[in-house]
Amino acid sequence: MTLNRRAFIGAGLATSALLAAPTVWAQAKPRVVVIGGGAGGATAARYLAKDSKGALDVTLVEANPIYTTCFFSNLYLGGFRAFESLQHGYDGIAAGGVTVINAMATGVDRAARTVTLAGGEVLAYDRLVLSPGIDFKDGSVPGWSADAAEIMPHAYKAGPQTQLLKAQIAAMPQGGTFAMIAPPNPYRCPPGPYERISMVAHVLKTSNPTAKILLIDPKDKYSKQALFEEGWERHYPGMIERVGPEFGGDKVEVRPATMEIVVDGTVQKVDVCNVIPGQMAGKIAGIAGVTDDKGWAPVHADSMKSKMDANVFILGDASAQGDMPKSGYSANSQAKVAVMAIRGELTGSKVFPAKYSNTCWSLIAPDDGVKVGAAYEPTPEKIASTSNFISKPGEDAALRKQTYEESIGWYAGITSDMFG
Amino acid sequence: MTRRLVLAGVILGLLLPQALMAADLIGDAEKGEVIYRRCSGCHEVGAGADNGIGPELNGIFGRAAASEKHGYAYSKGLKRMGADGLIWEFATLDAYIENPKALVSGTRMNFPGLKNPQDRADVLAYLRSFSDMPQNIPESSPTAFAPEVTLPPEVLAIVGDRDYGEYLASECLTCHQTDGDNDGIPAIIGWPTEDFVIAMHAYKRQIRPHPVMQMMATRLSDEEIAAVAAYFATLQ
Ligand SMILES: Cc1cc2nc3c(=O)[nH]c(=O)nc-3n(C[C@H](O)[C@H](O)[C@H](O)COP(=O)(O)OP(=O)(O)OC[C@H]3O[C@@H](n4cnc5c(N)ncnc54)[C@H](O)[C@@H]3O)c2cc1C
Ligand code: HEC
Ligand code: HEC
Repeated sequence: MTLNRRAFIGAGLATSALLAAPTVWAQAKPRVVVIGGGAGGATAARYLAKDSKGALDVTLVEANPIYTTCFFSNLYLGGFRAFESLQHGYDGIAAGGVTVINAMATGVDRAARTVTLAGGEVLAYDRLVLSPGIDFKDGSVPGWSADAAEIMPHAYKAGPQTQLLKAQIAAMPQGGTFAMIAPPNPYRCPPGPYERISMVAHVLKTSNPTAKILLIDPKDKYSKQALFEEGWERHYPGMIERVGPEFGGDKVEVRPATMEIVVDGTVQKVDVCNVIPGQMAGKIAGIAGVTDDKGWAPVHADSMKSKMDANVFILGDASAQGDMPKSGYSANSQAKVAVMAIRGELTGSKVFPAKYSNTCWSLIAPDDGVKVGAAYEPTPEKIASTSNFISKPGEDAALRKQTYEESIGWYAGITSDMFG
Repeated sequence: MTRRLVLAGVILGLLLPQALMAADLIGDAEKGEVIYRRCSGCHEVGAGADNGIGPELNGIFGRAAASEKHGYAYSKGLKRMGADGLIWEFATLDAYIENPKALVSGTRMNFPGLKNPQDRADVLAYLRSFSDMPQNIPESSPTAFAPEVTLPPEVLAIVGDRDYGEYLASECLTCHQTDGDNDGIPAIIGWPTEDFVIAMHAYKRQIRPHPVMQMMATRLSDEEIAAVAAYFATLQ
């Protein structure tokens, strides 16, 4: 038998444990701390523990005891999913050998290789994985701030915000106006705002058929645009008006106190206003000092390792990696590559070439699902797309229904892959 | 020849349905009429043909899978393929009648398959005479492979590096569940390795139509497909 690192550590443990204090235990196994138990972090923690079979000491730090998926939260708004069906706990991950700590991480000292929690505890690490998702950029929509989210919800981190938005839609007066301020690039889930518009239209079509939907968009074009526009025309004719940058969609201000929006100088009163602000990496990435001037954390394409610190890996929305969209699927895919790289470094396990992929499904109307996806590989500069596919306008109903059914299969698949 | 090349040859030569390898045989419709007796217990074709155990086969060339006009009750598996865009043409028909379940998982056509390529070409030539498309001109064949070495299938299990298979498989688990649940995406655990490899190659060769799976399979080398298949075969 060859003496691998694991056997060696085991032997070292046995002897030193006789001699010394229990701290030797803590230091004997390489320690990986994961901050953020979402699509990237939950997958990473679970796979680190599972694949290393006890050779790594894995700790997951997550602010909330229950994770509410953003994915399918639009379907909840549309009445296709119960809120509870979006919620997942961490018992399965803990049962897989991960130490789960429900706390906010407030500090990272990269020189000392420690993480500080809100309660003051300090965790030491050999490798740190950051998957904190996004935070909103201050001042991105004039007049809106985090405090205004109780009046004009973002609902772009799923949870009470999503429930609030749904309640507001239900309470709209007949013939009222729902407005969405769509975000500038880059942001999480490129088709997300447009799937949301579809779901809101679906609800209003029956509950409030004379209502109007106003989509204020700073972007020239957006993900799956042809598919959404065709679908809106077919299912919700005349209901949705999009104001792009050519009509001032990029010059918008909101007034939460009076429920007004000002588009290119014109004031308009609305009944619900969903503000999805500009985004950046979750704040802890900035605190750790691994973000660039745009607010995202650059990584090496073959491993998701930070370009600024060889002991830090950044996954999911927070990372700046190249062509992959910021999606739950991408974060899950990236986690598997990072886990392999980390295990390779800490336990000597085999490291295979990185492969990434993504698929984003969107629901336009009942049984009318569409998808877009791509495969990716690392190049020296970035994660680059190697092939892709997208649903086509005019597909028949059977295929659209099947695509929707697949998305349900995907949700079941990815959540069981994340949470065990 | 490197080990890798030999193995690729083994996999292709041994496991791919002949249809995926060479589809340029010219069929003889008269001989095909005789072979068609193997089908006629379940299928009708020609004037006044109706559905029986299986759907009627008039105009089958160029017809979408599971789209017979008189309301035949197809299996879920074949309907899925139809919705995905599977069109019956020489290559797809050839693959289906060679091994129905390899092309369409869960198909209700309980037919062991015609192993002889010439028999298939003949029966398809016969069926083509009930189709509008020009007779006896095989559609362009998919890339042809010459079978190289023949080795027993157990070799595959050895070929597939389990660690590599496990890593590659992690990509599949975003959609396919390890416990075999099917909530809209089929389960893929516990399949015989051979069927798994055939299904993956059918996506890779674009004979199975699904775009997600075509993308997934196309980026895998033959060796990688073997590795993934070996890994999934071990999950129960
Ligand atoms: C409406 C909507 C629809 C979407 N639909 C889809 C879809 O259909 N498909 C898809 O693939 N993606 C979809 N997405 C995108 C997807 O939700 C995100 O891309 C994905 O969640 C990103 O994963 P992540 O790990 O980067 O971050 P997250 O999943 O957001 O996880 C971050 C976690 O970190 C925690 N955290 C942050 N900071 C700290 C800290 N300092 N200390 C402790 N914990 C912390 C947070 O509480 C959170 O649980 C959608 C998003 C939205 C908003
Ligand atoms: C034991 C009965 C049986 C035999 C024998 C049989 N089939 Fe079938 N066949 C079926 C059934 C049942 C279906 C429908 C399958 C499903 O719904 O999954 C079918 C489907 C098909 C289809 C797909 C039709 C469509 O509309 O999509 C083709 C093509 C076909 N058979 C050809 C053949 C040929 C050629 C033979 C002989 C070489 C043959 N079958 C022998 C029962 C049979
Ligand atoms: C993005 C989601 C997704 C991913 C990732 C994915 N698949 Fe699939 N897979 C599907 C869907 C959807 C189908 C059904 C396709 C069809 O209709 O032919 C399928 C079908 C299959 C089938 C045929 C099942 C049957 O019953 O006929 C096999 C085998 C398979 N996949 C293997 C894999 C392997 C191996 C991987 C990883 C390399 C993988 N899949 C990754 C979505 C996915």
